[in-house]
Amino acid sequence: MTDATAEGGAGHGGAGQGSLLARDTRTARRNAAESRFKLYGLIAVCIGIAMLVLLLTSILMNGLSSFQQTRLQIMVELPEDKLDKSGVRDPEVMSKVTTFGYAPLLRDGLEATIAEAGIETDLSAKDAADLISDESVAQLRNMVLANPDLVGQTIPVEVLASGRIDGYYKGRVTMASAELDSNISPEQLVLADQLKAAGKLSTSFNWSFFTAPDASDTRPEAAGLGVAILGSLYMMLIVLCLALPIGVAASIYLEEFAPQNRWTDLIEVNISNLAAVPSIVFGILGLAIFINFAGLPQSAPIVGGLVLTLMTLPTIIIATRAALKAVPPSIRDAALGLGASKMQSVFHHVLPLAMPGILTGTIIGLAQALGETAPLLLIGMVAFVREYPESPLDGGLFDPATALPVQVYNWTQRSDPAFVERASGAIITLLLFLLVMNLTAIFLRRKFERRW
Amino acid sequence: MPLSWILLLLAAIGLAAFFLSRRRAVGSVEGDARRLHSLPLYYGLHGAMMALAPALLLLAIWLVVQPMLLDRSILSGLPDDAIPEGSTPGLVMSDVRRVADGIERAFANGAFSEGDLTALTTEDVGAVITGGGTALGTPLTADVLAAARDYWLARGTLAWIMTAAVLGLALIGAAWAIRRSDGAFRARNVVERGVLVLLIAAASIAILTTVGIVLSMLFETSNFFRQYEWTEFFFNTTWQPSFSGRGGSSELGIIPLLWGTLYISLIALIVAVPIGLFAAIYLSEYAGKTFRSIAKPVIEILAGIPTIVYGLFALITVGPLLRDAFASPLGLGNSASSVMTAGLVMGIMLIPFVSSLSDDIINAVPQAMRDGSLGLGATQSETIRQVIVPAALPGIVGAVLLAASRAIGETMIVVLGAGAAARLDLNPFEAMTTVTVKIVSQLTGDTDFASPETLVAFALGLTLFVITLGLNVLALYIVRKYREQYE
Repeated sequence: MTDATAEGGAGHGGAGQGSLLARDTRTARRNAAESRFKLYGLIAVCIGIAMLVLLLTSILMNGLSSFQQTRLQIMVELPEDKLDKSGVRDPEVMSKVTTFGYAPLLRDGLEATIAEAGIETDLSAKDAADLISDESVAQLRNMVLANPDLVGQTIPVEVLASGRIDGYYKGRVTMASAELDSNISPEQLVLADQLKAAGKLSTSFNWSFFTAPDASDTRPEAAGLGVAILGSLYMMLIVLCLALPIGVAASIYLEEFAPQNRWTDLIEVNISNLAAVPSIVFGILGLAIFINFAGLPQSAPIVGGLVLTLMTLPTIIIATRAALKAVPPSIRDAALGLGASKMQSVFHHVLPLAMPGILTGTIIGLAQALGETAPLLLIGMVAFVREYPESPLDGGLFDPATALPVQVYNWTQRSDPAFVERASGAIITLLLFLLVMNLTAIFLRRKFERRW
Repeated sequence: MPLSWILLLLAAIGLAAFFLSRRRAVGSVEGDARRLHSLPLYYGLHGAMMALAPALLLLAIWLVVQPMLLDRSILSGLPDDAIPEGSTPGLVMSDVRRVADGIERAFANGAFSEGDLTALTTEDVGAVITGGGTALGTPLTADVLAAARDYWLARGTLAWIMTAAVLGLALIGAAWAIRRSDGAFRARNVVERGVLVLLIAAASIAILTTVGIVLSMLFETSNFFRQYEWTEFFFNTTWQPSFSGRGGSSELGIIPLLWGTLYISLIALIVAVPIGLFAAIYLSEYAGKTFRSIAKPVIEILAGIPTIVYGLFALITVGPLLRDAFASPLGLGNSASSVMTAGLVMGIMLIPFVSSLSDDIINAVPQAMRDGSLGLGATQSETIRQVIVPAALPGIVGAVLLAASRAIGETMIVVLGAGAAARLDLNPFEAMTTVTVKIVSQLTGDTDFASPETLVAFALGLTLFVITLGLNVLALYIVRKYREQYE
């Protein structure tokens, strides 16, 4: 700040003699530049933080409502003459009655409920029944087939409201937009309001969002993440079972045993390059090698798991090597000095001490794999899958499934705006999983980290 | 015999070899373990290793090689006219395999007996197989049926030979290991050498992966260039695949895709580099300890967010916002997905990438250089601009190159934010497409691996791989060279 005095006499500052106490114009200018520069930095940091906040708020604003679902409570009569003419209550025989046989029951049930609540409406029974999701018919049928003794009784049923009604209570559908929408009319919205006032329609927490499978284009209200969560879980299992042992073994070799030669160099260069290869290239690898060459089925968690394993390996190897490097040489020397072989010193002493670091790296690698989408698109995981895969012991790893991030992509490709809400809800679920994983990693690091 | 049974039997043999080897070793020194060369455990492990390792290796090789050889021999047995017009050997072979599976199932149900196979006509067999739950794509021909029968018989025989060979090898290995187990045998050394081989194999998977990536793409790319002129691919300025008219009418020029990729990456870098760099400078040179310990992790959260989240952000928030605030009023277009949308969002994604790499590099500049500059009277910002940044410049350039390689290879943001129209245009509010988007769109849904429209994805993938690899190698080279100056 005071350097101007040195050259001040040589023409700067104009006064001929600089003073240490009075600031000349040049110093002022330099100080201004200094604070401007500092401000730029602060602004950059703030933009970064603001973007994070904006991103998260946008997702939360769009997606939180998917955790709520509007449902109707109606009484449904299940007449024996329609559902089980034989009277033997055999699900095999009863399954001959298709969903068309059940649809009128729900319609009648709703009509009765409207009448019971004393609501006057001009809508026909068919229009009123549009309040109910198409999916509910199938659900009612499954319920009856699972428990044939219900036939002949009048039971209270909680059915999903249709996507537009659900949207009405989440602010997505308004009276004005209903005017233009062929799927819903303002009268139906009025009826929904009346039902709500009568306590027959309510909004509650949407557990089925986490358990139900995907639903078709016209039934966003029934779409859930069940299959996707299961598929992601299977893939994470495969990644954990393959990437952890292979990654640890590779790191031990490179860090503890590898001689300095061409082969080692080649491996090192390969690992650092693989860490930077675009993820979609791994998808091409999976398609060409695992599906076309090895003949594994498309859309199967096993292929996804293998591809993600190859992607995660560099991350785990880099983290494990850092953890092994952090174990001081004195530990190795002490073990060797007591007569242990090199292998024993590594497996009995170094590896256990490096374990917290390895686990942290593995969890971070898993979190990365959980959010990866692009390679999974190429190996067919975008398929529309409604069947839950079997358990891994019954070959479930080869059954078609989807994954959480792929389900998000899938839903963004649908036309109904209700799916945007579902996609955002799925993202929130995904981010929650990631948050838990990362917090576990931080906890492990804090709890077990040692300073030598 | 199903695979799980073979594995179970192998495990049993391994376990038996473990205990027998150990007992024999301990017995050979009359129970005085001190006279053994290695701990008793190692004799057991040696037994198990000798029993399992060769047998499992044989099993793995057999499972890979057998289908290939069997397919080849069955195909060579088929008459030339058995492959109909427009079909490929691969398709016929998958038919053969399906029929063979059907025959197997029919046998399991008891619908067939051994004699039926030669006697029955194709219609009868077809009916039984279809009834057993096998869907047939084309009507069953006599050739295919004969091939399927041969295939099925050969497969059954080979499965038995394999079982016998694998289990036999395991028993031989176990017997050999047990015989060798006595007090003087150096079991630990052998076991440790085995473990070392395992470790080397694990480390080599990285090389295998790279080789797999390169080979799989090279193979399909050469198939593509056999059907499509390479000069057309690299220099044609139109991208217009047509799936109806096979080949010929499709125009598959990479230039519009590369243009979209580079344009979006450029915008992303224009956003990310200044913000990331200034954030890094502020956090490492100005920020107090508390502020740094909060702000740095918060910015790095951006790096941990999956790209699909950014994609959705582009699709539902940034895209419509840019369209309504800029593009429509300025008359520059009315598309929500645009180069600008994808570029901005990708820029946000790259901020932590640039900032944490630059942070490391700035911190690596020796403190003496700062002190020297400040001691000569420079202000802090002058020190940064005239001393620290020039010193860190190679590293920063490396970081920017790495960020560029990320941007070029990024998929989900552009799939959801950039659009699908291949276009050579300067207007940043227009939808354009990238190499990665086209890889996704050509390889999802119904794909036919004989048509250039599908195979072009591999050529695109290889181009992408080469570009990103080049950038990475260049960046690592620059960073490494720079580091040597101060350490």
